[in-house]
Amino acid sequence: MRLLEFQAKELFREYGINLLDSKASNNIEQGRIHARELGYPFVIKIQVPVGGRGKAGGIQKCQNDDEFELRYPQVMDLKIKGEKARAILLEKMADIKKELYLSLFLNRSKRCYTIIASAEGGVEIESVKNQIIKEVGLGNVSEELAVEVAQEMGLQGKTAEGFVDTLLKLSKLTIEKEAELAEINPLAIMQDDSIMALDGKFVTDDNSNFRHDELQKYQEKSEIEERAEKSGFSLVELDGDIAVVGNGAGLVMSTLDMLSDNGGKPACFLDVGGGATTESVYEALTLISKIPRVKGILVNLYGGIVKTTVVAEAFLKAYETNLIDLPVFARLKGTESDRAREMLDGSRTKIFDSVEDAINSAVMGIKR
Amino acid sequence: MTDIFALLKGVPSDDDYQRKGVIVQGITGAYGSLHTRNMMTYGTNIVAGVTPGKGGQKFEDRVPIYDTMQQAVDATGAKISVMFVPAKYFLGAAKEALESGVKLLVAIPEHVPIRDTMEVLSLAEEKGAVIVGPNTPGVMIPELIKIGIMPAMPFKAGNIAVLSKSGTLLYEISDALTNAGFGQAVTIGIGGDPINGTRLIDAFDMIKDISELDGLVIVGEIGGDSEEILSQRIIDSGFDKPTVAYIAGRAAPKEKRMGHAGAIVMGNYGSAESKISMFNKANIPVAKRPVEVPVLLAGKMKKSD
Repeated sequence: MRLLEFQAKELFREYGINLLDSKASNNIEQGRIHARELGYPFVIKIQVPVGGRGKAGGIQKCQNDDEFELRYPQVMDLKIKGEKARAILLEKMADIKKELYLSLFLNRSKRCYTIIASAEGGVEIESVKNQIIKEVGLGNVSEELAVEVAQEMGLQGKTAEGFVDTLLKLSKLTIEKEAELAEINPLAIMQDDSIMALDGKFVTDDNSNFRHDELQKYQEKSEIEERAEKSGFSLVELDGDIAVVGNGAGLVMSTLDMLSDNGGKPACFLDVGGGATTESVYEALTLISKIPRVKGILVNLYGGIVKTTVVAEAFLKAYETNLIDLPVFARLKGTESDRAREMLDGSRTKIFDSVEDAINSAVMGIKR
Repeated sequence: MTDIFALLKGVPSDDDYQRKGVIVQGITGAYGSLHTRNMMTYGTNIVAGVTPGKGGQKFEDRVPIYDTMQQAVDATGAKISVMFVPAKYFLGAAKEALESGVKLLVAIPEHVPIRDTMEVLSLAEEKGAVIVGPNTPGVMIPELIKIGIMPAMPFKAGNIAVLSKSGTLLYEISDALTNAGFGQAVTIGIGGDPINGTRLIDAFDMIKDISELDGLVIVGEIGGDSEEILSQRIIDSGFDKPTVAYIAGRAAPKEKRMGHAGAIVMGNYGSAESKISMFNKANIPVAKRPVEVPVLLAGKMKKSD
């Protein structure tokens, strides 16, 4: 899961990484209390699970009550890359000397964690110059190595000490919480040469969730995502009107791509896993019925052992029980497809031999 | 470098040439037993199963079940294991397999924590063993040996190698290849996890020197940079057999995990554009749809005639 900045900072604080005073709120009443407690000047930072919020106006300075009253609601109402505010963080303004970059990152092709550090931080990682990169196996950073990185960055004295301390704590945090990415950008050198984490990005390995009850409070899942997970499905909600269902992540992504190529707008990505049974397809239709903007359903099932009649039964049952009243465009590759066609004759589900035909009909059908 | 054919088939002087024994870890579970039956029907030589507490029983009245991997390996001499245990038992089961002398471990479980995979990989390196997966559909030499969960129907013996991060797309694309007359020499499921025991480049290194190979199909998806690294390897190695790629996830939003743990774009890291542009650099055409793969491959073959 991807933690929001204030959540990442909660963990940073727990591990003793230096932070400015900050407080997260969900409404302006709460925000006003925080404003009084912190005192001006501070910055208002939107909390969203995507990058690029600064450029989009999601970080604003506040010098007094008037500015606060004006900007808090403005920032709260922003959408960053389609994501609305999950919370608002007020953070004391800092007197910064220099911005650094530091992260521990799972390098997938090298199959090890890497430290990425730079004396030129504050910009997106792709633009960070003079990157110092060190491979550190399972994420364990020795003090020796941390000192070496600080030296290569040209840090000295108190600043170097602060940096080494931060890196060691970040390493401990990464290992203990099983993170795929722990990033501090910028990591600031303050006027007094101390080191301070001004931002935090923390992504954990979802597959290790079962070992981390303490992180469950950060889990953000809609009701239908939660239900999908219980059924062993993966579901990603998107903003179009054609629900895309299939078996296998690759196949569903591929269907999404082809639908988009043909001018269709996917409403969701729903992978029901390897097999397909009457129950699993019916459950998938149940989930889709809870997404209000859906106007049609595109189904792409491939499997040597999928009985298409079994899938057809699920569609029929869904119409019978009034679960859905939507057109379904289905490509079912499997056995007994003639029989499945007969079963669905006269219903709102059409079966196609190729996914291309199903997509074309879906795009045309929904437009009408 | 790993000779995948030596592992899967053996060499003609072996008395079990083309009949290499395979042990199934988790043979009595619903999933494990279903796929064990399918593998046996396909002709895979399943010599033993392991389920703690069920030692002494027999699977389908013929395959002996043992309590531990060590017992299974000692009794059969098999060096290949395929694993169907739940993700949280992967670490223990994989270590047990490697400690018992398994040299090829095909790990089917999905949702294995990254840290567990990494720990197993370092042990595998120490032991000189190969892990395929986790979260892989498996490996197969069509019409000879099938180790994993793939259906038999899409595959046919031939001279194309297919390497895939996705299971169902591997079936879909192999089906299209088979229909177009391109049988497969070997198919290797890389798996959809962020960390793979056998990465795309490792799989490429395993197959690139097969003399009878006529072509290569790479089925990638968003996330990580293994397609980019493979493209560079293909350029550097001077590999000149007709090669075609497919990438799933062009329309996926950034920073969202699309079903597979590894299918996520972070910034530009893992994006379809990055992969497609590297394939282009390596002169490898990228199909927009799975059905285009055999068409592009046929085109490549014509050119290289």
